Amino acid sequence: MIARRSLIALTALGLAAAVAPAQADYPERPVTYIIPYNPGGESDVTARFQEQHFKGITGQDVVIQYKPGAGGATAWAQLNGFEPDGYTIMNVNFPHAILQPAMKDVGYQTEDVAPAYIFHYTPDAIVVRADSPYQTLQDLIDDATANPGTVTFGGSGTNSANHLAAVRFDQMTGAKTTYIPFKGSAPAMAAVLGGQIKAAMTYTTQGIKAGDQVRVLAVATPERIEAYPDVPTFNELGFDFVGGAYRGVTLPKDAPQEVRQRLSDIIGEINAVPEFRQQLIDNGYVPVDIPTGEIDQWLADRKADYAGGIEQLRASN
Amino acid sequence: MIDALLNAITPFNLALALFGVIAGTFIGALPGLSATMAVAVLVPFTFTMDPASGLIALGAVYTGAIYGGAYSAILVNTPGTPAAIATSMDGFPMAKRGDGDLAVTLSCLGSVVGGMVGALALLLLAPPLSQVALAFGPVEYFWLAIFGLSLIATLSRGNTVKGLVGGAIGLILSCVGSAVVGGDVRFTFGQTPLLGGIPVIPALIGLYCIPVLIDLVIKKEAHLERRAEAVSGFRFTEAVGLMLRSKFNLFRSAVLGTAVGILPAAGGSVAGLIAYSEAKRTSKKPEEFGHGATDGVIASEAANSATVGGGFIPTLVLGIPGTPPDAIILGALLVQGIRTGPQLFTQQADIVYTFVFGLIIGTLFMLPTGLIIGRYAFRLIVSVPKTVLAPSIALLTVIGSFAIESNTVHVVIMVVLGVFGWLIARVGFEASPIVLGLILGPIAEAGFVQAWLIGGAQGSIPAMFFGRPLSLAIIFMIVLTLASPALVNWRRGRMQEKGATP
Repeated sequence: MIARRSLIALTALGLAAAVAPAQADYPERPVTYIIPYNPGGESDVTARFQEQHFKGITGQDVVIQYKPGAGGATAWAQLNGFEPDGYTIMNVNFPHAILQPAMKDVGYQTEDVAPAYIFHYTPDAIVVRADSPYQTLQDLIDDATANPGTVTFGGSGTNSANHLAAVRFDQMTGAKTTYIPFKGSAPAMAAVLGGQIKAAMTYTTQGIKAGDQVRVLAVATPERIEAYPDVPTFNELGFDFVGGAYRGVTLPKDAPQEVRQRLSDIIGEINAVPEFRQQLIDNGYVPVDIPTGEIDQWLADRKADYAGGIEQLRASN
Repeated sequence: MIDALLNAITPFNLALALFGVIAGTFIGALPGLSATMAVAVLVPFTFTMDPASGLIALGAVYTGAIYGGAYSAILVNTPGTPAAIATSMDGFPMAKRGDGDLAVTLSCLGSVVGGMVGALALLLLAPPLSQVALAFGPVEYFWLAIFGLSLIATLSRGNTVKGLVGGAIGLILSCVGSAVVGGDVRFTFGQTPLLGGIPVIPALIGLYCIPVLIDLVIKKEAHLERRAEAVSGFRFTEAVGLMLRSKFNLFRSAVLGTAVGILPAAGGSVAGLIAYSEAKRTSKKPEEFGHGATDGVIASEAANSATVGGGFIPTLVLGIPGTPPDAIILGALLVQGIRTGPQLFTQQADIVYTFVFGLIIGTLFMLPTGLIIGRYAFRLIVSVPKTVLAPSIALLTVIGSFAIESNTVHVVIMVVLGVFGWLIARVGFEASPIVLGLILGPIAEAGFVQAWLIGGAQGSIPAMFFGRPLSLAIIFMIVLTLASPALVNWRRGRMQEKGATP
């Protein structure tokens, strides 16, 4: 009897011993990092930036995989079907993952994809072609107010960060613009460069990629950004508008708390690498640090922030 | 430029280009392992190299993969990449009658010439040509997609109506999932995995490969005809002779491929298709197309390989990727700290020109490697007994459709569409119109809705659709294409009348 009990105890101990270090040493093998978009976009590029440092910090590789579809929804709906061991992690974007379930049945809820870490955002920015008659944001607002609906804003997708930003812009300024959804940021920028549409409601990163072919009218950051020292913020111009697309790293919700914490720490460490930070800044990204402990509050704040815009989107659909 | 050339031909870069082309050819030849995937897998390795070498490796893999797609198109009637759809239309009938070796050699020569034309356009004319990409607005993409769909009418072997019905089936399939514009969820029947739509590659593998597979099992005859007489295996001089005879077709296809490559979103499948249909339209023997016309293989391969160089033009000059592999390469450039844009050609010219020369060298390497790999691929497929061939292909279809996103749902979609494709093939429907409908549907839909919205904002929707010169030019081509079968019949009728009353 005693022998048997001790055997059980021993087994339990052995199991505990086998499990505990596995989590402490996470990751012990390469980690699959799923990008829910086509390659080449902001999610892919920043994951590639991280990839180089992930190995230095953990000793393990990340393997980047693409699962595009439905503006990210296909991959996010699949997230919790993966083994919750931390070896499958996924890029998750906001406001997309708040807007999509709020607007349609997309097979997941925002809480299902709660990130372990939010590591940067791409600020909303209004971009026009270099020879556009709009020299300042006010020029654009004046035109859109005097001729309602004639100013076309191109952006990436429907019910996306760009779409929400366009709707909020109309709310804030009282102007009336027409939002034209494109399949990604790049086609929207091509339409601006080709003069097919008057402006793009896009991100600072897209403006930087297009170089001096375009002019950025305003950026949605608290302070001016390094890449555009001469471009005013919306706040400066009198509009309370800060935001963009926030990108984080998530993992299946049943993952052990230790693994979630460790992943959060790793992403935080990568974010602290000076050259990584500079790489983000140079390309128009703004690094932010929201670790796993602060995520719930952050999500609640974002939802409150987007509520008015979501109302408006629902009304316009 | 001389410096760049010298930079490109260092032993290391030459080795990279050679390795890239070979690896790309193998990956492209396997259905499901596409050029996009080949490039994505290679990207992390290029971070350890200097930017120019990394780019050369990526460009070489990309070129090789687009070419590799021709093998499976010719030998197994399954385009290895969507770019090779038009190649299968004549390549497979050629292989069936015992000319598979000739078709492989022709596809290699066509690809090298097409690739060179595309790369030279990139080298010499990139900044001005990039403006073509900008001239195309949503409405032009809409009309271009409709043009692509109208080509189905002229391409269908035998029955035009069945071709159009097939195209419509493809369009309906393309509606599945959440709409790009508007975000509406359609035809998913509550199945979350269908939210992203019917994926093109698994559909392509299913619709082309499964019918071949079923026939392989239920029919007695050999998969490919074997020639009685011993054949050299290359039939190189014969192929060169054929190329020289259709040099105009070759050149036109390469130029069309470059032009279509410059248009973001259009891609190799559309380029191959347009070049193929032009070759057929201007051919003296259009009735041979679809039954093993050598000109069809030449046109398709020259055009799809030319899209590689063409696609890099908007990618490098404007920062707007011409094709999905270009998008990955663009991302890799950003990670390397290279800024695309017009200034790239002046400020970082050394890297750009080294890359372009690397692309040219990679394309030239395709000649020997393509011929040799093609020869063995052909011999393998011809000599392997059906009992080995059938299970091997079956395994590849499953791997190919699973591999893209490690998604079992894609395997199910592949099999279901495959059996469906086999069933409707019994009554004379073909895979190509369905796949083209699936590829072109989203382009047409997004273009239409965007043009409608922009037209509305500008105050006139009809002027948007019918008032732009470029649109009118495409509409004219659509009318010409749709009318051409009727025109041919009418002319034939008149000739017969004349013949009857001399």
